[in-house]
Amino acid sequence: MRLAQHMAVASDRVRATAIEATEFPDLSRTYRVMAVPKIVINDRIQFEGALPEPQFLAHVLEAVESK
Amino acid sequence: MAILNARDEQQIRKEFERLQGPVKLVIFSQSLAAAELCQQNEQLVREVAALSDQISVETLNLAIDHERAEAYGVDQVPAIVVEGARDYGIRFYGVPTGYEFSNLIDAIIVASTGEPALADDTKASLAALAGDVDIKVFSTPT
Repeated sequence: MRLAQHMAVASDRVRATAIEATEFPDLSRTYRVMAVPKIVINDRIQFEGALPEPQFLAHVLEAVESK
Repeated sequence: MAILNARDEQQIRKEFERLQGPVKLVIFSQSLAAAELCQQNEQLVREVAALSDQISVETLNLAIDHERAEAYGVDQVPAIVVEGARDYGIRFYGVPTGYEFSNLIDAIIVASTGEPALADDTKASLAALAGDVDIKVFSTPT
């Protein structure tokens, strides 16, 4: 969430939502959360585990391009 | 009973020395859904907000204040919107404990300063984004 929220401040295009998986089982099921942290970008790019900033950014750019 | 102990408060106060501008924490609750979690969430946010004059709290009801909820894009409770000079799009669903708690403190600081701790390359790429980006981060307290 740290990178995501800093990206949200950096760009008005970006919004970041932290979701407590155990409190929202329906959302966790919808997004097939099996391990945490799980990151879902634009409901299409997804990955598990904390990534370094350049790799995280690459996924963000990929999510915009694949629209 | 307080959620934060004296040591937590001392540590957070120290981190809040970095605050540069006002931050508003908008809480969404709903007594019919997740009443206990909403109450915990409100208490935690109030305890955090009490540690700095820069932080204000507004409590809304998801059902009654549905227009505000829609404007914020909030459809779950408990929820927290972290607003700085403007709404940067930072939301927390669920009571932020454990890792999420340190993220909440970090979110308050970055919303207050408006200065993300990102590499210049990252900031340049984000400034040139051609579309909207919605990032959801699922986590658990431990």
